[in-house]
Amino acid sequence: MKMSIRGLSVIAAALLVAGCSSIEPWVAPYDRENLADPIMTFSRAPISQDFLDHVFESREGSRGATGGAGGGCGCN
Amino acid sequence: MQHERATRPASFAITCLALALAIGFAGTAQAGVLPEDRADLLYFRYDGGGVTIDGPSVLVRKSIGEHVSVQANYYVDMVSSASIDVETSASPYEDERTQGSLSLDLLHGKSTYTLGAVKSDESDYVANTVFAGVSHDMFGDLTTISFGYKRGQNDVFRNINIGGVKQRDLTFAEEMETQSFNISVAQIITKNLLMTGQYEVITDEGFLRSPYRSIRHFTDPLNQQLAPEQYPNTRSSNAASFRAKYFLPYRAAIDTMYRYYNDTWGIVGHTGELGYVHPLNNNKWIFEGRLRYYRQTAADFYRDIFPRAEFANFMARDKELATYDAITAGVTATYEFKIERLPWLAKGSLNLRYDYMTVNYDNFRDARFSIGRFGQLPDAPLAPGTEPLYKLNANIIQFFVSAHF
Repeated sequence: MKMSIRGLSVIAAALLVAGCSSIEPWVAPYDRENLADPIMTFSRAPISQDFLDHVFESREGSRGATGGAGGGCGCN
Repeated sequence: MQHERATRPASFAITCLALALAIGFAGTAQAGVLPEDRADLLYFRYDGGGVTIDGPSVLVRKSIGEHVSVQANYYVDMVSSASIDVETSASPYEDERTQGSLSLDLLHGKSTYTLGAVKSDESDYVANTVFAGVSHDMFGDLTTISFGYKRGQNDVFRNINIGGVKQRDLTFAEEMETQSFNISVAQIITKNLLMTGQYEVITDEGFLRSPYRSIRHFTDPLNQQLAPEQYPNTRSSNAASFRAKYFLPYRAAIDTMYRYYNDTWGIVGHTGELGYVHPLNNNKWIFEGRLRYYRQTAADFYRDIFPRAEFANFMARDKELATYDAITAGVTATYEFKIERLPWLAKGSLNLRYDYMTVNYDNFRDARFSIGRFGQLPDAPLAPGTEPLYKLNANIIQFFVSAHF
């Protein structure tokens, strides 16, 4: 686990440093129509997904890493 | 060792917090987007393995100005249980769990900060959770990176039956604390493909077993006896997941998910999921199909039947800790509508979702064939350890109405 946390920190720091420089988006905002379509949302109904996640989590040994990746795709 | 284990999550939290603050203050002039305003009302019913759970859930999300969004959720579970554990060692019971949550999203530049709290209340378990997170859009909004932290304080009680009346056992009160750290990245790969990756560490400390469940052990080769479970008082887990969603040329979408899980109890889990979304009739109808596969190995201290009493320091017979696989298949039908007389309603929808779940246990036997049900021995009891393996089938129904403003 220690290695995983260190690895994650390095990746996150690299992303942060890269974020400070200007990167040309390879998918332009006007090309994101398909990604902005409601059918492309990972969870179209959070209320339903939260209930099902609870059903699985209370019956399985595994837990975590099921939530949405927060913030969406930034394509709205 | 104990100290080292405790400092790891703390150092991870500090790293996340530092990165979150750095990312937050690096926000550019162009603003991000708050989640959309919506209200949902859900009725659900789970029926399987002798357990019926049903109830309502209400979720409302509303923006206040351009930078703040508030979300509230209220959820009620009504449980009627005669599960296999209850049949072999207790009496059927009914209980109710209520859960309320409130969260606040604050948009600052391209960063969204989230703060929230959840309270869950049932007759023998009270859970209070607080959470905080930050997400930030970067690289021309192609990438969203998020960090989250959650801390829960739980009080565990035990109900007893005195003269047919269920009441709390005043001699029993335990505590459990849980913390969670997660990081996730959402990435636009092409104009038709989205991917996300997520990693979460969860640590628990305190009373982690059920105050009701028993293990069973041999007293001689043909006889058995029940005894209380014994669990470690710590558990740490890692879960890493990957999701992808692809927009198909004829306006439909296909998605896939894989999650790897392991923990300090020796459980390794694999979860895989496939989904397909298809709109019909000028988008009035949306149909969705979903298939989920789950497999796990047993905890190190799990056994269906132990060789003798006090066989080990830790002993469990929770089927959740056994080796098993599960398949869940589900379909959703959504009908979308607009009402001209309600101009503030951007879109409404009626949704019906049905899932069928089947679970096959590799090392959890149906002890009703030897112990019987509710203290009544079977007519022809089988020898302990020779019962058939247990299987569980469940029907899960959800009906919900959604309104987007």
